[in-house]
Amino acid sequence: MSQPDSTPPAASMSRRGFLRRGVVAATGVAAVAAALKPLLNAELELGDLTSLEKFLQQHYKELDKEEMAAVLERISREIEERYQIHPELTNVKPMDGVEFVYALNLSRCIGCRKCVHACVKENNQSRDPELQYIRVLEMPKGTIDIERGNHHYERPTVPDPDHFYMPIQCHQCANPPCVKVCPVEATWQETDGIVVIDYDWCIGCRYCEAACPYWARRFNFSQPKYASEQELKDDPEIIQKRLNPRMSYLSNRPRSVGVMEKCTYCLHRTRVGEMPACLEICPVGARKFGNVLDPASEVTQILRNKRIFVLKEDTGTLPRFFYYFDERRPQLRSGETDEIVQVTKMDAGGEA
Amino acid sequence: MRDYLTFLYRCFRISFVGGWRYHLWMLCLTIIALLGLNAYCKQLVDGLATTGMTDHVSWGLYIANFTFLVGMAAAAVMLVIPVYIYRNKDLHDLVIFGELLAVATIIMCLLFVTVDLGRPDRFSHLLRRFNFPLSMLTWDVIVLNGYLLLNLHITGYLIYCDYRRKEPNKTFFVIPFVFVAIVWAISIHTVTAFLYVGLGARPFWNSAIIAPRFLASAFSAGPAFNILTLQVIGRFTSYNIPRSALLLLRQIVLVALTINMFLLISELFTEFYAGKTHIASTRYLYFGLLGHNALVPWIWASIVLNSLALIILYLPVTRSLRLLNIACVFLIVGIWIEKGMGLIVPAFIPSPLGEIVEYTPTINEILVCLGIWAFGLLLYTIFVRVTIPVLSGRLTYDQPFEIATQD
Repeated sequence: MSQPDSTPPAASMSRRGFLRRGVVAATGVAAVAAALKPLLNAELELGDLTSLEKFLQQHYKELDKEEMAAVLERISREIEERYQIHPELTNVKPMDGVEFVYALNLSRCIGCRKCVHACVKENNQSRDPELQYIRVLEMPKGTIDIERGNHHYERPTVPDPDHFYMPIQCHQCANPPCVKVCPVEATWQETDGIVVIDYDWCIGCRYCEAACPYWARRFNFSQPKYASEQELKDDPEIIQKRLNPRMSYLSNRPRSVGVMEKCTYCLHRTRVGEMPACLEICPVGARKFGNVLDPASEVTQILRNKRIFVLKEDTGTLPRFFYYFDERRPQLRSGETDEIVQVTKMDAGGEA
Repeated sequence: MRDYLTFLYRCFRISFVGGWRYHLWMLCLTIIALLGLNAYCKQLVDGLATTGMTDHVSWGLYIANFTFLVGMAAAAVMLVIPVYIYRNKDLHDLVIFGELLAVATIIMCLLFVTVDLGRPDRFSHLLRRFNFPLSMLTWDVIVLNGYLLLNLHITGYLIYCDYRRKEPNKTFFVIPFVFVAIVWAISIHTVTAFLYVGLGARPFWNSAIIAPRFLASAFSAGPAFNILTLQVIGRFTSYNIPRSALLLLRQIVLVALTINMFLLISELFTEFYAGKTHIASTRYLYFGLLGHNALVPWIWASIVLNSLALIILYLPVTRSLRLLNIACVFLIVGIWIEKGMGLIVPAFIPSPLGEIVEYTPTINEILVCLGIWAFGLLLYTIFVRVTIPVLSGRLTYDQPFEIATQD
């Protein structure tokens, strides 16, 4: 093409050579333009590049009061434009002297999966595809090895007498591996123990998802959709009906494509004294939630008196999510004396 | 300054000059790279749902290729060590090609990480809030970019000195950087391995042998790739590649591959003999789990290819280059499977809650990968295209540009 042969330089810039170069350059430009064509898609949002305001938004922890108010207003406006609802968007802060823990009674759980769906509804997760924070495992009796659980059980009625049920969600670990690995500090632990994500800061590398031993984190592989095409056809206002307008910055406001999300113990509810949605819906009272720093709270009593365990204790994550079984204290057989419950020495051989 | 700009302009111009084979090669690479760009634009619009990744297998082909290429970037150091530490003469003039390959592969690595991000538009967040030293990913950002800069400096400086017909000031501007780069090259592997090894949630990765194996496999695949590229350079340009240099590289590949195979055996023995329950992922990789066995043929292909390469390399016959080349191809493909798909995907299967969801990359995802590979090769070709006339004294500041183009 531009290969100069034996002709002197002046001739190589002849009209023909110039034209040829022009054609090559034009083809190149056209090819690049064709490659970039998908970007012209009308539905495209180039994320934070659409406005300077979004691009320059600070990390959650660096926003002062006024800046936060401005951010909340902007997000509310966007939600209103996009979904035609009036959100009550707030930024609920943790309460002093509160550390939340969850306790789940495996003797009571019947595996109805009502918590799974109440959670989706409360927290405005995507419906198409549906994204869920809680996974209920159907476990064969005789093991607590979760690798033996069945995720996809379908039964006309539950519970099945040969199984027990084990719901798993974010354990809000005191030593969270997901927080440690985040390269941009988009996820952190709040003073009440809840691990949160700044959806406006996450870069979507999914390292936290790989780090979590409880499979508690979810990624938005596409823009969240609150109804399928068919559902929208059947009821054009379905999205407005479905969205929970009570939203907070760190929990259930609508997410965007390409960011992580997770259970936040419904912090927009629990930080103002209500119970999480999964607990409220539970028909058998298997779920207990509260402040572990309050000695009178139900969860504190459970942690004190029940035989509790945590999942994957060996990973050192120190979960704030405990499992327990109901138990009866052993009763002495009639006729036995109290002597039997006096502890005998471990090294009994020496006495005999 | 003006001279430097002229130099860059001449580099740009000469990359368009070449025979018909050169043009055809560049045209093909450009087309593939543009197809990849097009696929990536689709991904930008529709999100990572255009890939085969899911919440179960949340890293796939992108991170697999990234991991393999971090290893390839080691190629440079295996040329640098003999030359700068053992004062090997044969390789002396070839080091620069290894370093240029490192530049191209690191750029590919960075591209593979970027296309894996859900929100590349938020790239600036890395500069504004950097979770260092806690997150291994921030370490990786530092070591990869640092390695890129080191190699850009070393190669750029040497080439520019040749262009200016100046004796390079090695004591100040080359030697210290080269020694830093040697340590740095080892760090890019170690840090990348630690990225995975540090996750207690994934027993498949949570093993001390991953980092040493990383080094061993990189130090075999990297020089093997160099053996091939150097021959291509020797064949299609006027540049002389001494046979003894290739044979020295063969020796390096042989030792590294032997160590890699030994470490593989150590790993497999530990995993399987103890019979623990944590080896579900390893079992999935090698034998399949409950009827799911998508990776089984791949990993066995890898083992067979690596073993064949090892056997061929041990035969004295490989001093004839043809067999050596076959062994190198086997080995590169074998390591690509092992360090790519074989290391990343099985860690996610079964999921931490015991669910088995397999991973199949989509066409779009594969196109993005091919695009990045093509772009990387394009860069490397241009680097070599520019370097050779400079090194052979045909492209210098005091000669007209046309002399350089007479190949």
